[in-house]
Amino acid sequence: MQSARLRQSEPTGRALLKGLAFASPFIIGFLVLYLWPILASGYYSLTDFSLFKAPKWVGLANYERMISDAKFWKSLYNTLFFTFVGVPVDIAISIAGAHILNQKLKGQPLWRALVYLPSIVPAVAAGFLWRWLLNAQYGFVNEILRWFRIPQPNWLLDASWGGISVIVLMLWTVGGTMLIYLAALKNVPQELYEAAELDGAGPLRRFWHITWPMISPVTLFQVIVLIIAFLQVFTQPFVLSKDPGLGTQTATGPGDSMLSYSIYLFQNGFTFLKMGYASAMAWVLLFVTLAITLLILWSAKKWVFYDNR
Amino acid sequence: MTTAEYQGTTLGERVPVGGRFGWLMTIYRYALVILLAGVFVFPFVVMLTTAFKVSDEIFMAPPELLPRTWTLDHFVGALTQIPFFRFLLNTVVIAGLSVLGTVLVSPLVAYSLSKLRWKGRNLLFIMVLATMMLPPQVTLIPIYMMWNKVGATGTILPLVIPAFLGTPFFIFLIRQFLLSVPDELIEAAKVDGASEFRIYWSIVLPVARPALITSAVFQFVWAWTDFLYPLIYLNDEESYTLSIGLYSFLGQHGVQWGPLMAACVLFTLPAFLIFLVFQRYFIGGIATGALK
Repeated sequence: MQSARLRQSEPTGRALLKGLAFASPFIIGFLVLYLWPILASGYYSLTDFSLFKAPKWVGLANYERMISDAKFWKSLYNTLFFTFVGVPVDIAISIAGAHILNQKLKGQPLWRALVYLPSIVPAVAAGFLWRWLLNAQYGFVNEILRWFRIPQPNWLLDASWGGISVIVLMLWTVGGTMLIYLAALKNVPQELYEAAELDGAGPLRRFWHITWPMISPVTLFQVIVLIIAFLQVFTQPFVLSKDPGLGTQTATGPGDSMLSYSIYLFQNGFTFLKMGYASAMAWVLLFVTLAITLLILWSAKKWVFYDNR
Repeated sequence: MTTAEYQGTTLGERVPVGGRFGWLMTIYRYALVILLAGVFVFPFVVMLTTAFKVSDEIFMAPPELLPRTWTLDHFVGALTQIPFFRFLLNTVVIAGLSVLGTVLVSPLVAYSLSKLRWKGRNLLFIMVLATMMLPPQVTLIPIYMMWNKVGATGTILPLVIPAFLGTPFFIFLIRQFLLSVPDELIEAAKVDGASEFRIYWSIVLPVARPALITSAVFQFVWAWTDFLYPLIYLNDEESYTLSIGLYSFLGQHGVQWGPLMAACVLFTLPAFLIFLVFQRYFIGGIATGALK
């Protein structure tokens, strides 16, 4: 108790200085790497601006130009497609896989490691590897489909499969989410299952009435994290769509099917040097991300169960 | 976050063992988990075996998994067609400095946010959380312009300096960890008259070791696998990282799947080794839900 009093008796001015001193690197970081760039980006988005010429005020012209920019809409559509197909599938696979890992098995650390391993592969290496796996003629994915007599798409060269190829590549790194769900499953009180079993509830009912509500807070958090990640996707489609014939020029897949929002933003900023336009795109991305996140949070009270014991 | 939770591997399994057909259920369970793990691992097998195949065998329809003739030629090709060791060195330097910055600075800020009581602490914590949510695209162009203005584009500075200013994810992770450290430990040293920095250095840092290692291994893998930032900032081949070197490999040398897969194997290997050694910390970090 004496020590607690000692600590509180420290003058607030001194405490403030100490706190600021320890936090000072991040305070500088926040000002230089976050606050100023956010404000600058907002200003740039209202200007015509490139690396070689000073910003010239144009008002909302950049935002107006987006409305008639077909590529902008295409990239936004693609990214929303990746997100709204990829995130639910990601969550479903994670929950199913977590159930498999949650069984009574020897060698748990090994199974967990194997599932997580793809997540540490450099995205460029993963992209090239999957280009080879998805190769229509020589790739193993189509070979496996052939065994099961399932029609084999021309993954990377068919405009209607390009986007799905990107999602497949992203799903290879689903292991992290799976392990988070595994930890969540282990936190569900076992008594709930025992009671349900006594009442004669089958596995499906036990899942819907016990597991799903008990893990729903984890689902809420993971859905938000995944949506943010999918909305920003860059490297995976960038590597999958690379065309060796185009040299350093950015390729965007058949029929622009792999043109993600971030790739188009990057192209505008660093290839076309339309940095004002790219900044405006960044702000639109920020608002889209915020809007979807808020929508999910708003819907949470309908499906997320908080244990108030 | 308690220490036990942090290790993440101490939690027991709890599925009841089946009755009369117990052995059948056992087979079923292992079949399922082998199938699951197989889906994740199979691409690695293809990467590895393709790298060892002679070129003629790579283009075979239908494809065969194992090489008929094993060869090391593609590894030699990968190491000589691109300045592999140059790229490796560049990547090691960037990843190493990023890790150094992270373990030096992020715990300082985390300590201030968890164990020091000062006005404005909560506001700063909200700032940390807000920056974690911010899409990096928003700050990308102004930060590029800033580095360009000071003449730092083309150098590794834009890639490593941010780590020395504290990374929000790791500040958050270490803060959560420090919250579970009892205050008495610090108070006792205070009574003994130790200075704040001394307490931080000789008491707090050693206690926070698990969180520091977790931050370090994640920072290493992030820096190792990063693509967008090196792509933007490194513009001459001398300074390329492996990510950028490997990316340009595809265009410069046509599509040579053998050397390309061999290069992918070599590039992935160091991250693998780090993972094998520090597996516990990876899985522990994931179990906190903050990292993936």
